[in-house]
Amino acid sequence: MNDDFVTAGVNLQFHYAAGAAASRFLCALRDEQKIFGARCPECRRVLAPARSFCPRCFVETNEWLEVGPGGTLSAFVAPPFAQLLEPALTLALIRLDGADTAFVHRLGEFDAPMLRRGLRVAPVFAASRQGHILDLAYFKPVEFDNAHSI
Amino acid sequence: MRRAAIIGTGQTKHAKAHDDMNQAELVRQAATRALSDAGITFREVDAVVLANMELFEGRALPEMWVGAGAGGYLKPAIKIATGGTSGTSAAIAGYHQCASGLFDIVLVVGWEKHSEGATQTGMAMVDPLWDRNVASGAVGNFALSISQYVAERGVTPAQAAKVAVKARRNAAKNPYAHLQIPDLTVEQVLRSPMLADPVHRLDMCPQSDGACALVYAAQGVAEKLCAQPAWVRAAVTRHDQPYIGDLDRRLVTMRTLRDAARAAYHQVGIVEPRKQIDVAEIYEPVSYAELAWYEALGFCAEGKAGELIDEGVTEMNGELPVNPSGGVLSSNPVGASGVLRVAEAAMQVMGRAGAHQIADARVALATGYGVYAWSDVMILSADT
Repeated sequence: MNDDFVTAGVNLQFHYAAGAAASRFLCALRDEQKIFGARCPECRRVLAPARSFCPRCFVETNEWLEVGPGGTLSAFVAPPFAQLLEPALTLALIRLDGADTAFVHRLGEFDAPMLRRGLRVAPVFAASRQGHILDLAYFKPVEFDNAHSI
Repeated sequence: MRRAAIIGTGQTKHAKAHDDMNQAELVRQAATRALSDAGITFREVDAVVLANMELFEGRALPEMWVGAGAGGYLKPAIKIATGGTSGTSAAIAGYHQCASGLFDIVLVVGWEKHSEGATQTGMAMVDPLWDRNVASGAVGNFALSISQYVAERGVTPAQAAKVAVKARRNAAKNPYAHLQIPDLTVEQVLRSPMLADPVHRLDMCPQSDGACALVYAAQGVAEKLCAQPAWVRAAVTRHDQPYIGDLDRRLVTMRTLRDAARAAYHQVGIVEPRKQIDVAEIYEPVSYAELAWYEALGFCAEGKAGELIDEGVTEMNGELPVNPSGGVLSSNPVGASGVLRVAEAAMQVMGRAGAHQIADARVALATGYGVYAWSDVMILSADT
């Protein structure tokens, strides 16, 4: 220490239970490369990622359904400081096809000028997957995807 | 329920760092000033409510280590930590304790010493399942919803910059404010480094060290101790869902602030907020948020917030001055920031705001905001 400060730090690892819905969601990402949502029986919204209960209606979800894989860019931000990270972080809100909530994730494989609200995007999965949200590595822009192809 | 009023406030100077005081000493300075303003000693305080985001300083149980600085010895003392709303939530909790009839005099103290902590790391320690892997701190999180607000409402960077200029100019009249820049210009804000499009550095609040305290007294006690108490007329809280994806178009809709304001206005009988509220102290961590809050609080029609700032309505000499203290944009010790909004609103009603006093302020609004769209609204009045 110097005359004015005491320095102390901690370095800890925590183990969090993913919970029923998130476990199933993350296993599906890992094993099937599919994105799942859950429908609330009361407000009928499809929540994605899937939740075990609707935070608005306080009832258990009772219908498990696949959403996406395509989606529409609702908002994005590429903070300069986050471009220095490895990998660079471009944060996005994505409306997955069939979902009533936005999905928070990363964008990749894009040229900055092509980013705009309403852009169609598709998921890119990691080659090595371990039951983690980043098994879905990022979303990339697509000109045509399944939802819009002829 | 009985009426309760604020009868004293106190705060420290807010600064980048208070290396001369530890947390308990910082809290004690604000508490001592509030007790002195109220004309009482800590012996007359029946209960203490503290507000602090302990994760930012990495120090568990601050109510234990720091509570003594608020005079909590052998008294009921609790701590509230709800992110940005911590301070307003504590102010509302203190009001509940006093108005419930359980305690006659309640002391509320909020503080933060960002200089001692790792604030952005604390911000990143959010939900480990989803948000933590994609979150980018307060700035990125905000910029995401600001980009939607700008696209839908058409407010310009210059209009947002006017909010930033107003805050720092007002702060120059507040001796406790952290960022005091009386001659700041719109051009300087727009030339400051881009943190995350469209947010420039000077659009954003600072991180401050500071503390703020206020003293509640129940009806029957308050009138004896204070010539002009600031009576609490409404205190409303609304929390939203925590997953960022569930808050799509957050700034555009701002459901929690809209609902809380509507409920508070109804309780007080406010139908024309711009005319019936004399001064507002709102929690605006970023310039664009103040514009969005104008709409949510009913200060203007939807999409008209840019015009409101252009026309000077919310300037110190305007029809409805917003943040004469300089607001969060000028001082942001997070756990104290909400207490500051309420304390500054009370100072206006009590006529004790000094150089940033708004003449004849009788009805004041205070709000709190948490980054996951949580909102608190309080209305204070010179009349019971």
